[in-house]
Amino acid sequence: MSLDLTATEEARRQIEICNACRYCEGFCSVFPAMTRNKAFADGDLTQLANLCHNCRGCYYACQYTEPHEFALNIPAVLAEVRVESWERLARPAALARLFQSQGVALAGLLVVVLAWFFWALSAWRPDTGAGFYAHLAHTTMVAMFVPAFLGPLVLMALSIRDYWREVGGGRVGFAHIWAALGSAARMRNLSGGHGEGCNFEDGDRFTDRRRVFHQLMMYGFLLCFGATSSGTIMHYVFGWQAPYPLLSLPKLLGVPGGLMMVAGAVGLAWLKLRADRSLGAARVWGGEMAFVLLLGAVALTGLALYAATGSALVGPLLAIHLATVMVLFLLMPFSKMVHGFYRLAALVAEAGAAGAKT
Amino acid sequence: MKDWPETFDLAVVGGGNAALCAAITAAEAGASVLILEGAPKPYRGGNSRHTRNFRCMHRGPMFPLTDAYEEDEYLHDLMLVTKGKTDENLARLAIRSSEECLGWMQDHGVRFQPSLSGTLSLSRTNAFFLGGGKALVNAYYNTATDLGVCIAYEAQVTHVHLDGGQITHLDAEIAGQPHTIKARAFVLASGGFQADLDWLARAWGPSARNFLIRGTPYNRGVVLRDMLDQGAESVGDPTQCHAVAIDGRAPKYDGGIVTRLDCVPFSIVVNKDGERFYDEGEDVWPKRYAIWGRLVAAQPDQVGFALIDAKSIDLFMPSVFPAVKANTVEGLATAMGLDPEAVRRTVDGFDAACRPGPFHPTELDGLRTQGLDVPKTNWARPLDTPPYYGYQLRPGVTFTYLGLKVDANAQVHTPHGPIRNLWAAGEIMAGSILGQGYLAGFGMTIGTVFGRIAGKEAAAHVA
Repeated sequence: MSLDLTATEEARRQIEICNACRYCEGFCSVFPAMTRNKAFADGDLTQLANLCHNCRGCYYACQYTEPHEFALNIPAVLAEVRVESWERLARPAALARLFQSQGVALAGLLVVVLAWFFWALSAWRPDTGAGFYAHLAHTTMVAMFVPAFLGPLVLMALSIRDYWREVGGGRVGFAHIWAALGSAARMRNLSGGHGEGCNFEDGDRFTDRRRVFHQLMMYGFLLCFGATSSGTIMHYVFGWQAPYPLLSLPKLLGVPGGLMMVAGAVGLAWLKLRADRSLGAARVWGGEMAFVLLLGAVALTGLALYAATGSALVGPLLAIHLATVMVLFLLMPFSKMVHGFYRLAALVAEAGAAGAKT
Repeated sequence: MKDWPETFDLAVVGGGNAALCAAITAAEAGASVLILEGAPKPYRGGNSRHTRNFRCMHRGPMFPLTDAYEEDEYLHDLMLVTKGKTDENLARLAIRSSEECLGWMQDHGVRFQPSLSGTLSLSRTNAFFLGGGKALVNAYYNTATDLGVCIAYEAQVTHVHLDGGQITHLDAEIAGQPHTIKARAFVLASGGFQADLDWLARAWGPSARNFLIRGTPYNRGVVLRDMLDQGAESVGDPTQCHAVAIDGRAPKYDGGIVTRLDCVPFSIVVNKDGERFYDEGEDVWPKRYAIWGRLVAAQPDQVGFALIDAKSIDLFMPSVFPAVKANTVEGLATAMGLDPEAVRRTVDGFDAACRPGPFHPTELDGLRTQGLDVPKTNWARPLDTPPYYGYQLRPGVTFTYLGLKVDANAQVHTPHGPIRNLWAAGEIMAGSILGQGYLAGFGMTIGTVFGRIAGKEAAAHVA
């Protein structure tokens, strides 16, 4: 990669070479999107970068990778443009630069929040309450977590709105959202086009591991989210308070979801250790790894908390679990967490653009 | 190399499509196989690395191919481009065998995709590799590795020892160190000689030094030369190479597909004196791109300049480098190093010869000039709408025709008869079938068909 070009300029140089070849059209959505252009504005490159799932198929199939003088490395340059777009569109941007690239910063924040929860649990311990509400009252928890969840969500929404403007996204139709959700649900862009997976961690051999582990994480996360949501509804609508038995919606969703997230986190971390860092955004490797481990920690501590029901470990485990969840929420606009929002937006925009063409 | 056997059953010289097909076929038949690839690993695969499809006979729709493409039509297409310079028996063998190759290729890791954008005209005849030729090469190397085939990179074979009607061993340099390679059978699949500029210059004339080589710099014909010097029978015109007109700013070697330019039918092409020299609109580009290498090669300094105006810039596939752009014809000529007055005269003469009429970029529209010594017989529109764009054209050599003559078993011959344990496949013997011209995707067909035959025969020889 040239040192005297910005990532966007370098991406433009590389994509213009790609656009004269087009051998990779079948791998993913990036190349068919590329062929609709002859010139690439900055916003076009932002969109292509966010459409790229870093499957690396195009790198290994490319005749023009180094040592060839064209020196193409599309997965790496798009990863860098993608990360820069997340930093640019986040508010405040400096936090994104810090937490995307520095796993240490994420761990540091976790320690601070953890210490704070230990203090809160001892200072605000309620007089009554069952299960973990004996340690921290429901209303206290709600008072802490609602703003910690909604605040970052609002920031995220503003960033996505800016993204939409930058890439020139058109009117959103139901069909576009449906197509994007369908693509994400099957992680179609990690299928390699032939359904045999991607080139993430095993050189030029195709494997489905990344797709499998990612989907374990994604569906596990959604199940856990569903567990929390169902608990909230049961609490407020039906007046049925935690702790819930195993055969209740929060547990039926949460326990498998948590197990899936743990498996997904272990798998994704293992793949990340095996994968060639020079084909991704190498400078944010630490932040990405920390984010995977944080997700795993959220799930693992949640499961541990359930397993420890009734024992003396509930107090400290509750503090640890709440701290991981809090950090996950707080960092939503500044961590790798943003990739889900931007990727979905990119898929919706692509569905719209592809539809407009045909 | 320390875990290599003393003697392999089969040594394959070369590491492209034909070599891999031979190695895989022989290994599956139980032979111990060594591949000697001359290039370092990142450049492995020879010119197969730059290919994108496989021309395939089929009697009905067969993924990814539509409709049918039968033997006689395929042969007819071959006869058109070679003007009969082919061995019809070998040609029919390649064509007939191509159908069963499609499944074999998929069984050994190759994946296909529907026709690429801009190539829909080939969706019936040519099966496109998902990811292109390098993806095919990668898949075959993985398959070969899984079969236990040994692979040596940077392995340049310097001499093939022919003794008493059979090959005894090879001299090779592997990563700079001399080695003697012993095997009971040998397959030569090391390509043509198009990357050896000295050889090209001897064959074609000194102007060949100005040619660009579209593919690998490692096809220097060392093994081909060595075999010819030892009396192996040859086929194909030794003075000829297949050249197309490509972007003159392309790298000297290995520019591959992206350096092609599809603008000629919508342009006027002048030489370095600013004069037109051939009908740019003679036929649709897929039928004419192959002659332009030769046309440009015949011009002074082996260079041409395609000039278009704003009306036509979006009518063809994007180029790898941006066009030279100017707001006047004179400005464009100056920017391209041409005499502005000479180009102005040519453009004025051309514009005056254009006639009004309907313009259809995708078909022969008969919109022709009148009264020019060098007419343009289709798509002739005046260059009158700024900005103006220009591309430098140079001949880009794809392959050479001279090769080893083989029989239907892919076996190599001397005037005394077949060499008992030597077979050849791919570009090194393609001249047997493709004596002139080129048919898209046919090189991969020859390589696959004869690679498999060579591997099968070699394995049977040592069984």
